[in-house]
Amino acid sequence: MIEIKIAVCIKQVPGTTEIKIDPETNTLIREGIENIINPFDAYAIEEGVRIRERFDGEEVEVIALTMGPPQSKEILKEAISVGVDRAILLSDRAFAGADTWATSTTLAKAINKIGDCRLIILGKQTLDGDTGQVGPELAQRLDIPFIGYASGILEINRNKMKVKRLMEDRYETFEINLPAAISVVKDINTPRVPSLRGKIKAKSAEIPVWDAARLEADEDEVGLSGSYTQVVKIFTPKIKHEIKMIEGSTGEQVEQLYKELKELNAI
Amino acid sequence: MKYLLTEEQKMIVDICRQIVKDRIIPVRAEMDEKEIFPWEIIKEIGKSDLFRLFIPEEYEGMGTGIFEVCLATEELSRGDLSVATSYAASGLGLIPILIAGNEEQKKKYLPQLASGEKLAAFGLTEAEAGSDAGSIRTTASKDGDFYILNGTKQWITNGGEADIYTIFAMTNPEKGVRGASAIIVEKGTSGFEFGKKEDKLGIRASATRELIFTDCRVPKENILGSEGMGFIIAMRTFDQSRPAVGAQAVGVAQAALEEALNYSKVRKQFGTPISSFQAIQHMLADMATNIEAARALVYHAAKVIDSGEKNVTRLSSMSKIFASDMAMKVTNDAIQIFGGYGFMKEYPVEKMMRDAKITQIYEGTNQILRNVVALDMIKRGVL
Repeated sequence: MIEIKIAVCIKQVPGTTEIKIDPETNTLIREGIENIINPFDAYAIEEGVRIRERFDGEEVEVIALTMGPPQSKEILKEAISVGVDRAILLSDRAFAGADTWATSTTLAKAINKIGDCRLIILGKQTLDGDTGQVGPELAQRLDIPFIGYASGILEINRNKMKVKRLMEDRYETFEINLPAAISVVKDINTPRVPSLRGKIKAKSAEIPVWDAARLEADEDEVGLSGSYTQVVKIFTPKIKHEIKMIEGSTGEQVEQLYKELKELNAI
Repeated sequence: MKYLLTEEQKMIVDICRQIVKDRIIPVRAEMDEKEIFPWEIIKEIGKSDLFRLFIPEEYEGMGTGIFEVCLATEELSRGDLSVATSYAASGLGLIPILIAGNEEQKKKYLPQLASGEKLAAFGLTEAEAGSDAGSIRTTASKDGDFYILNGTKQWITNGGEADIYTIFAMTNPEKGVRGASAIIVEKGTSGFEFGKKEDKLGIRASATRELIFTDCRVPKENILGSEGMGFIIAMRTFDQSRPAVGAQAVGVAQAALEEALNYSKVRKQFGTPISSFQAIQHMLADMATNIEAARALVYHAAKVIDSGEKNVTRLSSMSKIFASDMAMKVTNDAIQIFGGYGFMKEYPVEKMMRDAKITQIYEGTNQILRNVVALDMIKRGVL
């Protein structure tokens, strides 16, 4: 009997911090960049698995979810290799072009379909979209509490949890009723290396694909048509460099440099 | 290079590479300097199932062969030989249980070693008994339902850190070699203490300590096999473990080659990278060639053992001799390619050479192993 189901929402992102935009087409340059689990989501997965380990396994199930193209299965398999029990891929052409709102709609439908998820864990933000909005929106959709930037789960049972979160200048500790959603920061844990048994399990794991019909989602509430926002243009700001050589003796150079930096309000 | 690995074997390599990159390389220099035993890394290795490899499935292992252990050991050695030694030494400590343990002993000890929750150690060497392993002086005298151990073991890898020790002691000293027995002793047994931790040239993060037995009472059911089988158990253990020492040597040499190759491409002298000089190129080519030759021999020895072949002493010894001599030469040459920088602790190659040296010494010095190879050949012929 599964007492506590934990859903971990993850995303596949380009494996680089230096995202390059093609200045001609304003699209992401994907060549030569491998796709990885969004780094913050790795902490979410690890925390889900650690909660299960706290309960000594049996009565907790950790389920990884992602919305994305068919190749997103790879990150779900990775999640299984580090201890997630099962994974579900939300994939449909109709889901394409989703903003954070349409994404949280789709995730909420999937979580309702899984049924009785007591905790939903997400990374604090993604490396590519960088909005950090999906977590709070998802909680809103499911009408459950949300704690962002969680850095520690102090206590947890089926009905309640005590969670610590990191703010700019302080830590806050909340006791919240479950079900709830949290987003996690990297202080929360150190994600483990996959295990050999995990990798073997992941290799043969069946990953069900849930499409719009399966989620009973109307076409106009998911994907591009369900989105309130649309990215019109992405561009890399042009950075202008100006080099100025200062002449004269060392003393004069220092004097001049000081003057110019002061004019620029740099010092 | 392609090694025609199965999918599962590739997974083992991938897991080790991730551990090396994320967990070992960032801390190896500090661990070496401060002689910090790598418990955190060992725990991670345990969680990754790497201690399960060649333990049979019925004891919570994964039932692979020695070859898979060699793959894991080689990859871990690319990161740090102290870590790889601590890993492999636990295997050395448990092989006697696999070889000679009864069902109860296997059930009791193997699962906790498979999970990596506990480490094992192998206690044979003494101050007066190295290559001449038959002259051990530690005694185990029978007293009712117990053996009473007295004596001191020296330079025991994982000493103090391990929980389960396979100890070789004389149950019948008059019989010499035929009077030795292998006995499992658990940490915490009254009369079992640890001596000083050695300050070493290399593998400084690994634990090397004395085991001191003073009227240490061990239940008689802890004996492996029967009285007098100790020496045979030790030799059969080495037959299986020596390719893993070869794998350590291949791994550390590979790491040194990688460092030397990268450095040679960025270090400029006379206005050009030193990799453009034929003197350097030939060194790199020889290093790579010798590593490949050693790797082929180690893999072959491991696969022959896994095939169930009984007479593996010669091949197993050869793989250890060849690979460890190679590693000493390759790590030394890596320092030479680095020049003065290689001599400095700021770069990792001097540590690799210090670490590599032990592979020529432990689990049988290369000199005693040459005796083993020659005697086996004289007895059985070349083929």
